[in-house]
Amino acid sequence: MEIAFTRATLDNGLDVIVHEDRDLPIVAVSVWYHVGSKNEQPGRTGFAHLFEHLMFEGSAHHDHGYFPPLQEAGASLNGSTNADRTNYWEVVPTGALDRALWLESDRMGFLLPALTERKFATQRAVVLNERRQNYENRPYGLAGIALAAALYPPDHPYHWPTIGQIADLHAARLDDVQAFFARYYHPANASVALAGDITVEDGIELVRRYFGDLPAGPVVPRLGVAAPPLSGERRVWFADTVEFPRLYLAWHSPAMFAPGDAELDLAADLLANGKTSRLYRRLVFEQRLALDVSAYQSSRELSGVFQVVATSAPGHTLAEIDDVIRETIGGVGREGPTVEELDRGLAQVEAQFVLRLQTVGGFSGKSDQLNAYNTFLGEPGYFGRDLARYRDATPEGIRASVTGTLIARPRVALSVVPRGRVDLALPGSETAVVS
Amino acid sequence: MTVDRSRLPALVEDRAFRFPSVTRATVPGGPALRVVEQHDLPVLALLLVLPVGAADDGPGRSGLAAFTADLLDEGTGELSAIGVHEALARIGAQFDVDTGYDATVVTLVTLAKHRARALSLLADIVFRPRLALEDVERVRTLRVNRLRQLAAVPAAVADVAFARELFGAGPYGHLAIGTTASVEALGEPEARQFHARHYRPADATLVAAGDVDPAELATLAAEALGAVAMRGGPARDPGAASDEARAASGGTARVVLIDRPSAAQSEVRVGSVAAARATADYHALLVLNAALGGQFVSRINLNLRERRGVTYGARSGFEMRRRPGPFVVQASVQTSATAEAVHEVLDEIRGVRGDRPLTSDEIAMAQATLTRGYARSFETAEQLARAVAQQVVYGLADDYYDRFPEAVRAVDGEAVTAAARHWIDPACMSVVVVGDREAVAAPLEALGKGVDVVSAEV
Repeated sequence: MEIAFTRATLDNGLDVIVHEDRDLPIVAVSVWYHVGSKNEQPGRTGFAHLFEHLMFEGSAHHDHGYFPPLQEAGASLNGSTNADRTNYWEVVPTGALDRALWLESDRMGFLLPALTERKFATQRAVVLNERRQNYENRPYGLAGIALAAALYPPDHPYHWPTIGQIADLHAARLDDVQAFFARYYHPANASVALAGDITVEDGIELVRRYFGDLPAGPVVPRLGVAAPPLSGERRVWFADTVEFPRLYLAWHSPAMFAPGDAELDLAADLLANGKTSRLYRRLVFEQRLALDVSAYQSSRELSGVFQVVATSAPGHTLAEIDDVIRETIGGVGREGPTVEELDRGLAQVEAQFVLRLQTVGGFSGKSDQLNAYNTFLGEPGYFGRDLARYRDATPEGIRASVTGTLIARPRVALSVVPRGRVDLALPGSETAVVS
Repeated sequence: MTVDRSRLPALVEDRAFRFPSVTRATVPGGPALRVVEQHDLPVLALLLVLPVGAADDGPGRSGLAAFTADLLDEGTGELSAIGVHEALARIGAQFDVDTGYDATVVTLVTLAKHRARALSLLADIVFRPRLALEDVERVRTLRVNRLRQLAAVPAAVADVAFARELFGAGPYGHLAIGTTASVEALGEPEARQFHARHYRPADATLVAAGDVDPAELATLAAEALGAVAMRGGPARDPGAASDEARAASGGTARVVLIDRPSAAQSEVRVGSVAAARATADYHALLVLNAALGGQFVSRINLNLRERRGVTYGARSGFEMRRRPGPFVVQASVQTSATAEAVHEVLDEIRGVRGDRPLTSDEIAMAQATLTRGYARSFETAEQLARAVAQQVVYGLADDYYDRFPEAVRAVDGEAVTAAARHWIDPACMSVVVVGDREAVAAPLEALGKGVDVVSAEV
C-alpha cells in the first residue's frame, strides 16, 4: 500500500508534492508551514495559532477576506495549528484550482500589507472566545494545559498550550505579527501538496506558476530540545465544574516515528481503547470503579506523551483506579501482550490505514498525509513504511516499550475534581498550574 | 511567467458529477438491500437502517430508543459483551450505533475481505441481541452517570432546554439520550419490548457501499439474516413523511435563562419549530440558511464573529425531519455580549424577512456553496452509504442527488424571502441562554421579551 506521488523542490525551496486521483472532479490543496507553538517564546505564547486566524483575513491583492472567493467556488476549507506545524487546506472543484493556488500564494507572499490593527484586534477577541469556549467553559477543558505545565519546564517548547496563555494573548501586538511572518511564513519553510483530479505535470507547473516568484526567506533551523526527565512522580490537582473526579496519568514517551512510538500506540489500544481493552474490562466492565477509560500515545516532533485517562464511578476513588492501572500496566510490562491481542490490534491498524486512503484532502486526507511525512521526515512516501512500523511490532517489543516508558519513568498524575472537593484528588497532590 | 495579481482567476466550469447507480435487492422476509459499488479501494461500509428513533420513545420513556440501540452490542448468541467487540476488532471493524429522532443507523466499516463475517456479526448484533438483565443494568448505570456529566456541559444543557421549549412533551421535546429521571426508570422489560416491536428485519434496510458485488452481497445477507427473517411478518408502512402544519403550540416564544454562576461564556440558542423534510420549500430553506448563518460567510457569523468578535463562531440550521423540526441559531458568546448577540440574531432574521432581503450576490454565493464541489460529499464508501440511507429514511427519489444542484439553482430571491417570512418569525422564537445569571439577566430583560429563570433538567 502506497500513496503514489511526485515531489519537486522549487528554486525558492518550496516543496511541491502531487498525487493523481481522478475518481471525482475535485482537487485537494494542502499547505504546511513548519511552525507551531513550539516556536514561540515564554511570555509570547498563542502566537502561531492567532496568526493562523489572520491568514483568513485577506492579503495584499485580495483584501476582502479569504472565504468568499472560495465559498463561491464551492470549496471547503480550514486550517489548524498544533505545537509542531500549521496547516491550511482547500478542497475545490477542479475548475477552481487556479483560484485556490492564487489565494494561497498571495497570503504566503503578501499578507502583511493588508494586515491592519483592526483585523488583529478582532481576531484576538475571537481567539479569546475560542479559548473560553473550548477550555474554560468545557468540563475538564483545562486538563491538557495543566498536564503540559507539569510535564515540561517553563522554557520547554511544549510547556505552554497552542491556544496560548490568556495574559500573553492580551499582550500580543501587531509588531509581533510582522516579525512572526518574516521568520516563518515563506517558501523555504513550507510545502504544498495537491491530490486529486490533476496530472503530476500540470500540478507541479501550476504551483510553480503561483509560488515560484516568491522570495525563499530564511531557512528555519530545526529545534533540538529534549524533554528533561521528571525527577520523580508529580501529583497535581485542580477543581472544575464537573460531576465526577477524573484521573490523568502522563509519561514522557518517544517522539513521532522514533523507536517505541508504534509499539506504545499499540499498547495504548490493548490497555485502554475499546471494550476489548484490559482496563475497560477491569475498571468499567468488571469492577465498575470507572465510568470510562482511554489511553493515547501522543507523539510529537520533539518528544511524546503517553496518557491514560479514567473517570471515577460514584462511590469509588481515584486511588482505587490508580491501583488497577498500575497493576495492569505492570502485567503488560512483565508478560507483554497476548498473540490474540496483537493480532486484533494489527487488524485494526491495517483497516485504519486503508480507510485513510479514501479522501484526497481535509484534515488527514491523502494530501495532508503526504505533507505530514514530508515535513517531519522529508519522505512524502512514508505511508507504507509507517504501516510497516506496526506490522513489525512484536510482543517483546511492546513489552519492552511499556517497561521502558510506563514503568521505568516517573509520571505526572493530575486529578480534576468537583469544586470544593480537593479531598477527592489523589493523596499528596499539589495545586496545578493552569494559565 | 508572472502571475497576474490584479484579479482572481476565473472559475472554469465543473465536470458534472453523477451519483453512482444503486442496485436494489431483497432478502425474503428480510430487509431491503441497496448496494453502491465503488471498487477503487478494498473497503466496505455496511449500514443497517431501522425506521425507529427517539421520536418513538413514548411518554415518560425518553431515552428508550437510544438505550435499546446502545444495548445491541452488549452480547449476542454465544458472544458476550466483550466477545462481540473482540469479534469486531478481529476484522478491524469500525462500529457505531446512532439514534436520531426518525431512524436508528448501525454502521460497520471494514475491509471488503471481511464481508461475510461483517454481515453475520451485524445481523446478530442488530436482530439477536442478548439484552441480558445484568448487561442492561450495567449499561443503564453508565448512561445515568453520563447524563449527570452532561449536566455540567453548557451546550448539552442548552440543547435539552431548547428542545423542551419548542416541542414540550411532543416526540421531539427531548434529546435522544433522555433524562436522568427517565433513563433511571428503564429496564430489561422495556428494552426487550421495544426491540421486539421495532427491530423487525422486514422494516429494515441494509445499505452497502464499497468493493462488493451486489449479487454476492444479497446471498451473504440472506445467509446472515436467514433465521431472523422468518420472524416478524411483513413490512410496516411508516407512512409518508409529512409536511403537516406546525403544531399550534410550536414553541414558547419566551426567553429562558439557566444559571451557571461565573460561567466563562454564555451558550445561546434562538429558534422555533419550522419545516419537515418533505416541505416543498426544502431547497429554498437550504439557500436561505446558507446565507443567513449556515456557512462561514453568512450574515450571522460575519456579524457576531468577524465584525464584533464576540464568539468563536455562530451558525444556524433547519433540522428537517419526518415531522416539522427546529430552526436554530447557536453560539457560545462572551458573557458581556450575551444580550447583544441575541438582539443581533433576531435582527438578522428580521432582515432576511424583508427589511434587508438577501441580495442576488448572497443568493448566488449560497447556491454555489451548496452545488459546486458537491462531489466531495461522496468520496468515501461510508459517505455514499449515508447518502443512500437518507433516501431510505426520508423517501427521497432515486435521482435525488443528481437533481439536487438544479433544484438549488432554481431558487430565486422571491422564493427565499417568502420562505423566510413563512418559516422563521422572530415573534415566535424561543431564546435559551445558559450563563452567569448575575451578569446576563438584566441585559436580557432589556430585550423586552421578559426572562424566565429555570433550572437545568438533564
